[in-house]
Amino acid sequence: MQVRSNEYPKEAARVIREEPQVRESVTGATLSFDAKRRAAYAEVDSEQWRHFAEGVKNHVLMNLEHYLEQAEAALKRNGVQVHWAEDAEEAQRIVATLVRERGVKRVVKAKSMLSEELGINPLLESLGVSVLETDLGEYIIQLLEQPPSHIVGPAIHLGLEQIRRLFHERFGTPLDAAPDALAAAARKLLRQGFLEAEMGISGANFMVAETGTIALIENEGNIRLSTSAPRLHVALVGIEKLLPRFSDLAVFLSLTARAATGQRLGTFVSLIQGPRRSSEPDGPEEVHVVFVDNGRSSVLADEEAWETLRCVRCGACLNACPVYRQTGGHAYGYVYSGPIGAVLSPGLVGLENTKPLPYASSLCGACYEACPVKIPIPKLLLTWRHRAVEEGLTPRFEKAAIQGYALAMTRPWAYRLAAKALRLLPEKALDNTVVPVLKAWVEGRAGLKPSPRSFRELWEEGI
Amino acid sequence: MRVALFVTCLADQFFAEAGVAAVKLLRHLGVEVDFPPAQTCCGQPAYNAGYWSEARQMAEHTLGVFEDADYVVLPSGSCTTMLRAFYPELYRDNPRMFARASSLSGKSYELAEFIVRVLGITRLGQGLAGQRIAYHHGCHALRELGLKDEPIALLRSAGAEIVDWPAATECCGFGGLFSVKLPEVSLGMADRKLSTLPEIDVLTSADGGCLLHLSGRIHNRGLPLCVKPLAAVLWEAAQNRRTQDA
Repeated sequence: MQVRSNEYPKEAARVIREEPQVRESVTGATLSFDAKRRAAYAEVDSEQWRHFAEGVKNHVLMNLEHYLEQAEAALKRNGVQVHWAEDAEEAQRIVATLVRERGVKRVVKAKSMLSEELGINPLLESLGVSVLETDLGEYIIQLLEQPPSHIVGPAIHLGLEQIRRLFHERFGTPLDAAPDALAAAARKLLRQGFLEAEMGISGANFMVAETGTIALIENEGNIRLSTSAPRLHVALVGIEKLLPRFSDLAVFLSLTARAATGQRLGTFVSLIQGPRRSSEPDGPEEVHVVFVDNGRSSVLADEEAWETLRCVRCGACLNACPVYRQTGGHAYGYVYSGPIGAVLSPGLVGLENTKPLPYASSLCGACYEACPVKIPIPKLLLTWRHRAVEEGLTPRFEKAAIQGYALAMTRPWAYRLAAKALRLLPEKALDNTVVPVLKAWVEGRAGLKPSPRSFRELWEEGI
Repeated sequence: MRVALFVTCLADQFFAEAGVAAVKLLRHLGVEVDFPPAQTCCGQPAYNAGYWSEARQMAEHTLGVFEDADYVVLPSGSCTTMLRAFYPELYRDNPRMFARASSLSGKSYELAEFIVRVLGITRLGQGLAGQRIAYHHGCHALRELGLKDEPIALLRSAGAEIVDWPAATECCGFGGLFSVKLPEVSLGMADRKLSTLPEIDVLTSADGGCLLHLSGRIHNRGLPLCVKPLAAVLWEAAQNRRTQDA
């Protein structure tokens, strides 16, 4: 997909100015998700669970080659066809070949962030294949031709009124239709889609290496239909999604649901173990797993950034983030938004393409507190900022200003001189400054004025 | 007992009264206070912006200033975090400097934290009787220092009512350079935080940066809210009569 991350500061400001409704919708929804997450964490020894999950993920990542081989063997034993894609183009080629060889005309899709990352929808459309997103939120933004705004709640930025208007225009539902009625209208159309599609595409929340199991969590039942009704099921799986043992799922399924939506478990959990057997009445005839790298092994090889790959894509850090709440996900300009996006995107698509993202945080630490696998996001944000400085990607005036400031702060006489100068400024000088940094500050925060005498002066006079 | 006060550059320049209150309060509690005059800024803005080599220069300066102190007390959760957590982090590849940083790390305390954890005092006086106080938890104090109950306990035991503020632990949007790099987002965060405030007499926090940002926003929007640094409120608490200086 197209990366527009370098426009983040401009985009964030624009959304805040021009689309105040986004802030309202996103803040309301994320606060509610976050409160539910806290309550669900409080029911268990969440510290212990997070510690366990962190350990399991670290183990997998440290032994990834072994577990990928084990998973491939298990999948093949189960009759699943396994493909490997090093990048988005290769993944697209694999999907395109399947579409052509099997004569696919209609695809139903389960919500998958990886498929967004790989640009699967535009690919299928270019092949003349109709694509139907079957997650309700994803379907709504597909109608609006927008990317997801949130990892778990793709349409989180929209208000009920907007969805009512959209459905009124498209399906003729009344302008005051209840949410249930809107869902029913979509369901009718989606049902038809499930019956007609020749291929279902899904992601994977987890892939168990030991048994070759694709695990999927959802609340609507559409994933189950997308992966079982069409004769062909293609699962796109990031190579970091592996878990060693089947028994690990017990913690990961529950912890992810708790972190994401505050549920003890998703309403539906699908564990897919291969194509339909002769004794089974339904299920796909063919199941394909495409293991996707697309920048992940370079993140893994990065001694400072590899922990990012523990991510289970629950969106808890987005829900906890007061910065994300201001704009929703679109401003970030890449498929993964919020705190995790700010540290994952530079790793996947390069810091030069995403350089404002590590600064899209006040470093408040709420993301780390929420993360079910304890990714040290604030520390990673700092690492990427440090790299931006080292690689000369920061503005020249900023570098000069910081160097000057460090010079003054390591010379007490210079510090004193600067403090004196601050007090010699005429009253209101700070309110009408032309110094860009100060100007940005006082435009929103009036009344910036130094104490009449510095503490140092008062101390020297005697307290 | 003797402590070295690191008043922090922000308090020195913008909240001198916080420094004065800290000195008076510590003396009132029987502590001797030093003010090493060579102190400047801890370097956190440079560290947070990714300029680690400049941050190290400032860290090295500060390490020198406070080398001989038994305790370093700061009226700021965020700068305390810089000394306690981030200085050692800056030197993880340099064993000699890491040892010096760790030593400073181990003896640095935020003011309220020092009073409760080191001095073992949880009651200062009754000077806040009847005041409704909103306490803003600075993010670093809350999440890096684990400082949550100590300031509240001190305020409450002095008779203050700590109001139920839904966004009390939410970031105010300051974040150092964040506030100038992303001004709209930063202001939106302040507005959202302030919009959840119940009726209060005083808004306080251990962090000068947050207070500068919040009070600036309050001033800008013409809100009738009184903002005071925690050190000043604690000094008020130590005096048994209620002062009328709102």
